[in-house]
Amino acid sequence: MKRSTTVYYFDHSATTKPHKDVLDTFVKVNEEYYANSSSIHELGVEAHMLLSRARKQIADILKTDETKVIFTSGGTESNHFAIHGLAKSLQSRGKHIITSSIEHPSVLESMKQLEAQGYEIDYLPVNDKGIVLVEEVKTRLRKDTIVVSIMHINNELGSMQPIDQIAKVVHLNSRAIFHVDAIQSFGKYPVSFSVLGADVITLSGHKFNGLKGSGIVAWKNHLSFEPIIVGGGQESGLRSGTVPVAQAVAFAKAMRMAHENQLLMLSTYIRWNIKLRTFLNQFRDVRILSPDEAAAHILTISVRNIKGEVLVNALQAKGIIVSTSSACSSKQTKISHVIEAIGLSDDYKKGVIRISLGTSNTDLQIEEFIKHFSTIMKQIKGD
Amino acid sequence: MEWKELLIRYGELSTKGRNRNAFTGRLRDNIRYAFADLPKFQIVTERDRMFIRPNDQYTMDQLIERLPRIFGIQSFSPVASCSLDLEDIKHTAIKVVESLERTDKTFKVTVKRSYKPFEMETNELQKFVGSHVLRTFPEIKVQMKKPDIDLHVEVRRDAVYMMAQVIQGAGGLPIGSNGKSLLMLSGGIDSPVAGYQMLKRGVRLDAIHFYSPPYTSELSKEKVMDLAEKLSRFGASVKLHIIPFTAIQQEIQKQIPENVSMTTTRRMMMRIADLVREDTNALAIVTGESLGQVASQTLESLTAINAVTTTPVLRPLIAYDKLDIIDIAQEIDTYDISIRPYEDCCTIFTPASPKTKPKLEKVEFYESFKTFDEMITQAVTEREIIMFPKKKQDKFSDLL
Repeated sequence: MKRSTTVYYFDHSATTKPHKDVLDTFVKVNEEYYANSSSIHELGVEAHMLLSRARKQIADILKTDETKVIFTSGGTESNHFAIHGLAKSLQSRGKHIITSSIEHPSVLESMKQLEAQGYEIDYLPVNDKGIVLVEEVKTRLRKDTIVVSIMHINNELGSMQPIDQIAKVVHLNSRAIFHVDAIQSFGKYPVSFSVLGADVITLSGHKFNGLKGSGIVAWKNHLSFEPIIVGGGQESGLRSGTVPVAQAVAFAKAMRMAHENQLLMLSTYIRWNIKLRTFLNQFRDVRILSPDEAAAHILTISVRNIKGEVLVNALQAKGIIVSTSSACSSKQTKISHVIEAIGLSDDYKKGVIRISLGTSNTDLQIEEFIKHFSTIMKQIKGD
Repeated sequence: MEWKELLIRYGELSTKGRNRNAFTGRLRDNIRYAFADLPKFQIVTERDRMFIRPNDQYTMDQLIERLPRIFGIQSFSPVASCSLDLEDIKHTAIKVVESLERTDKTFKVTVKRSYKPFEMETNELQKFVGSHVLRTFPEIKVQMKKPDIDLHVEVRRDAVYMMAQVIQGAGGLPIGSNGKSLLMLSGGIDSPVAGYQMLKRGVRLDAIHFYSPPYTSELSKEKVMDLAEKLSRFGASVKLHIIPFTAIQQEIQKQIPENVSMTTTRRMMMRIADLVREDTNALAIVTGESLGQVASQTLESLTAINAVTTTPVLRPLIAYDKLDIIDIAQEIDTYDISIRPYEDCCTIFTPASPKTKPKLEKVEFYESFKTFDEMITQAVTEREIIMFPKKKQDKFSDLL
């Protein structure tokens, strides 16, 4: 099928387009501060100072200090570092870890690796809204629980976990370290150590108009992590490899811009979300899977007895870009673990598509979506 | 939890007799200075305590986080407030206790009822609040003597005020209440700690550092600047004097026998420091020396070095063990900076076996062949002066 020339992008949870200013920063830093930030000559010192400033800016937004932020190659590495790093360094205290059944694969697969290494992993179930019950967390906490890892906003449904409440329960009832994957929420909802109550937060740059290949791990109190990547001892020995200063600075810039626009954008997403929900509710065969309380920028729906892929292609022909559940799993034909977890009936399981909003959308684009979706539904369903 | 105000207890200040007003005024100014980046807030100074009333939650959070670094405060407590309505009082009491760690804790309620027309008497209100808290949190037990949690309830005309948490302050005296000194800041672990100890006694600081390019790198200078920046976070600005020391060091290498060159180097540093001290109207020189730690810190060495001046040289760490110093360095967040592995001017020309018991007469004899006076004056006039906390460098701001 041929693609339409105008593109209305509704797949921001898969990735976003880097902001022009972020790209400018990336180019400028590469041109002027290309020296190795570990070098002791003047150019190296300058690069190092710039890197420190970027790190400080990130720490300030998250409300921690700059010694507790490291740069990684993205969300997946960040999650790996947090989970493996903590599990290894805390193993003398215990080998029990709690997570949820709807985490991102980078978390779930890490957990599987640990399971094979003799760790005991508890996968919390979620209710039909994709939400972990706080009580359930409490009952599973044990003396030897070392890590609890729960995502803030789910990438496939947009369901938002009661992170602050879970943090309270974890901290009151155990010595476990609470990791929050806030990759889908930063820039959309308030994310900081004071708001979430987490001990460790992981972020990925390309989800908020930054660059792919850049992420961070940040933590609040003194923690020790066993490094995964060893070598030259960069990033305080926690993550070796020459630090890509330009990526780091671009990350800090994208993060600041997303942070500054967060409130304004959230009110816009809420407005669009209500508009789309009102529209989609008219169709007998469309079910909105994202719960009412879900994050406003992710709207996952399913059309009865239609394959998600068919809808994606039909919309694409009109220039509208959406995805089938998450981009990571959409190339695989099996039903996503998140969709399985909320217990959807068979006739809806295959027709899942995700509409995810972002800074590139406009009121007009929402209108266009509504117009074209109606046409497509008429064609395939006669609605 | 939304707090209404902070109650500040002065500690040692309370014993300062008629100078009290000067001290509390100083403390108030220091708090204003340290939080100049935040929206304005009200400070009410009373005889034995102080109240701070911020207008928004962010300011309150920042105050709670940063007040423990301000000297002259023994402890402080976040205070909640509610209306005189009994239901409201119950609800607020629960919220206040809820914000505390409660497992295995003992508890009591103290009531002060300055608004007499209030519907309940003191004991009645005490029981009323106490029983409600106990019912809600079965994990805590009552204990009248030295309880872990002492929930204070004060009924005033306008509102009821409640607090339970006591956050430890830094203690000491407000900076500026004890004059100014010059700190010799090397970049090692000890000197920032010595500076901190003096700040804690209310002394304002300038710092002096000896810099020997090209033998020592930009990074070693940056390290000292970071240390000065850290010290400036304790509520007073720190002026850093960076002395170009290369020429003098080279001259010492040439003129003085190797095994006493270290002693002479220190004597030159002390002479320069004394000139800078005079120039900045400081009263004393502070060093991080600890007895016997290295060759230059034996009693004999200290005597030979100290002989160049009659200015008081304060050595707050003289009887400290290294490990205790490291503990403090970690606490005040300078340790990680101090252990950055860059050469400083003391380590580049280290003799293989410096004299641990240098004889003053001999040192003076060796130094007599060359007059260092001119070089010293030149080093002092050519010094670089940097103020901390530093204004933001804006070179990078468009990139970030």
